[in-house]
Amino acid sequence: MTKVSSQLAARLKRSEEFNAEACYHCGTCTALCPLGYNIVPRKLFREVMLGLEDKVKENIPAIYSCLLCRMCEEYCPSEVHIAVNMRYLRTYINEEEYRLL
Amino acid sequence: MPIPIGPVLGILSDNLRQRGSVLPISRRDSTNWARGLNLPRGGSTIIYTGLMYQLIPSIDALAGLMARFENSSITRFFGLGRFANRFIDLSFFMTLTASRSMKAENDQALRQIAGLLKQAGVEFGYLYEQELYSGALVYDSGMEKSFGRHARRVYENFRRNGVRRVITVDPHTTSMLRDVYPKFILDFDLEVKNYIEVLAEKEPAVLQSWNRELVIHDSCVYARYERMIEQPRHLLAHAGVTVKEPELAGRSTHCCGGPIESLFPTKAHEIAANRIGQLRKNGEEIVTMCPICLVNLRKAAGESCRVRDISDPLAQAYLPQASLH
Repeated sequence: MTKVSSQLAARLKRSEEFNAEACYHCGTCTALCPLGYNIVPRKLFREVMLGLEDKVKENIPAIYSCLLCRMCEEYCPSEVHIAVNMRYLRTYINEEEYRLL
Repeated sequence: MPIPIGPVLGILSDNLRQRGSVLPISRRDSTNWARGLNLPRGGSTIIYTGLMYQLIPSIDALAGLMARFENSSITRFFGLGRFANRFIDLSFFMTLTASRSMKAENDQALRQIAGLLKQAGVEFGYLYEQELYSGALVYDSGMEKSFGRHARRVYENFRRNGVRRVITVDPHTTSMLRDVYPKFILDFDLEVKNYIEVLAEKEPAVLQSWNRELVIHDSCVYARYERMIEQPRHLLAHAGVTVKEPELAGRSTHCCGGPIESLFPTKAHEIAANRIGQLRKNGEEIVTMCPICLVNLRKAAGESCRVRDISDPLAQAYLPQASLH
């Protein structure tokens, strides 16, 4: 069973810069990522938009291993603010999971 | 077990709040580079190191420990370590092995940068022991509240000292002050320029041409956050350097792996080794513009090639020979 949170995307959207919804899953980011993870970032953004909080938390190592190098963002055809979105995901986990305030 | 993320970030955040920096650094270590340079204290235009070059030896020592701890049972005690670090500065002991030679080299890079600015006719001061860390690592880790409090402290420190213009020396501090601080500090009113931009504008005279081939490694932050791609090439070419471009350069530059070295050391080393492989296809002497890239690529390169900070070739060409020693 998967728990769905209707609030997840709203809570992550701390500013207009957060635009995970703009991702249309073309895979350019995945192809360019120096880490070679297939989770970062498009699948994560889909899980966020679907409210799959547990799935997002399963990917905590991937979220924190993002280099924020913006290689993916440079070539994203949908102009998704990938680094900003990843950082907001970290903020959310820091507060919700690690209680870092 | 992998490195536990929460406790490590907690220690960095606690250190920033309690001790003013993510890792401890003595006043002597943070200002040693400026000894004998007779830089005025404060002023409306200052050089702001953001302590990045000075912190790198400690960050590197910590990353070395993390690499040893990764996948060991010691990681179980990191939560306890965070608790103890609030009372006893454990991170001080964890960074005792910071390399003295790396400290000396990074101090030398800062001295060269200050010398280049002076040579170009720029008048500037320095805040010495009052200078604070920018908070870049805490911001990138997503600790927004902790970062916001610290950014306000840093900004008030600038204002209290009458600072109006800031010359930064590394990409991360540049991006923090120019792009991030204005989002957190609504009355932010500082002019921020990086020293490479300042030098490219001033076009100082070449005193002795430095005819070497250097493979350029762009910092991700300079190239993709700050769009600073042409200025270092212009300065190097003007100095007599033949700039060799790797396949992934400029806006397509490849990360050095440094940003994740403390939490994912194995992965970071793989990325650095990959990047060194790409760069070495174009030559055996590499030039970087960021202290994080410098330390990571140097470790990955080992003895296979030389990795220099860009202040080295620039100093060789634009500073009087007598001032280089």
